[in-house]
Amino acid sequence: MLTYNYMVVDNPATEAELDRIFRALADVTRRDILRRALRGGESVSALSRHYSMSLPAVQKHVAVLERAALITKERRGRERIVHADGSAISKAVALLDQYEAMWIDRVDQMVAILAANEGGQP
Amino acid sequence: MSVISTISDPESLTLTVIAVLDASPERVWTLWEDPRLLERWWGPPSWPATFTRHEFVVGGESRYHMTGPDGDASRGYWQMQAIDRPNRIEFMNGLAGPDGEPMPGTPPMSGYVTLEATGPRTRMTVVSRYTDLSQMETMLGMGMAEGMTAAVDQIDGILLAPPL
Repeated sequence: MLTYNYMVVDNPATEAELDRIFRALADVTRRDILRRALRGGESVSALSRHYSMSLPAVQKHVAVLERAALITKERRGRERIVHADGSAISKAVALLDQYEAMWIDRVDQMVAILAANEGGQP
Repeated sequence: MSVISTISDPESLTLTVIAVLDASPERVWTLWEDPRLLERWWGPPSWPATFTRHEFVVGGESRYHMTGPDGDASRGYWQMQAIDRPNRIEFMNGLAGPDGEPMPGTPPMSGYVTLEATGPRTRMTVVSRYTDLSQMETMLGMGMAEGMTAAVDQIDGILLAPPL
């Protein structure tokens, strides 16, 4: 009897991670913060001056982007600089994750075919 | 139990997938060799593959297409580089144009498959090596990847738009 379970090391992006990314991107202010972060680090307080909202409100938006792993914060003196990690390595990691998910699907389908042919070919 | 481990190397753009399958290397080999079996696992569940040509010999060529939920077709090809039954396969896999033939200007990726008997089972190692990031993105653009692709596209869209 075959089991269809397999263990995965290095998980691909989970549904929960995707939810966090899409939720983070579903807000116009957060998309703008991400755009600015991608163009070079600004501090949270500098970012807050672009928007007609309080500093804590901007900090909240930054925290949502951070939880979705779209940005990172770097402490520089008393300032918190917001970076978006758009490096080639992080892009390569994201792309390899997609190919990994594809291969996990493929192996899953191979396992199902082998199970269905049980007792057939040698 | 079919155990899978994966190793991603972003420096060399290489993905290694290791699976233990409950069958002999000879049986696993047929999943690669027989186009009717191959097309049952090559495409993602929502993009079934059809191989219209599959020459499983060194220098042989394959042509396939995958059909998406909306009826869209994505086309690709293989070129067999090495075959050592039932243990080793090396092939190139690239994108094909609407005519089904290799698309110029898009380099293929390299696939290295090793099948080793481990008791009554087979340890299958698939190493996928890519040339560059744009090739990786273009090949995923076939519609093969779900989920994360959409998220990455969203982020790309954001990059293109000017700040408010």
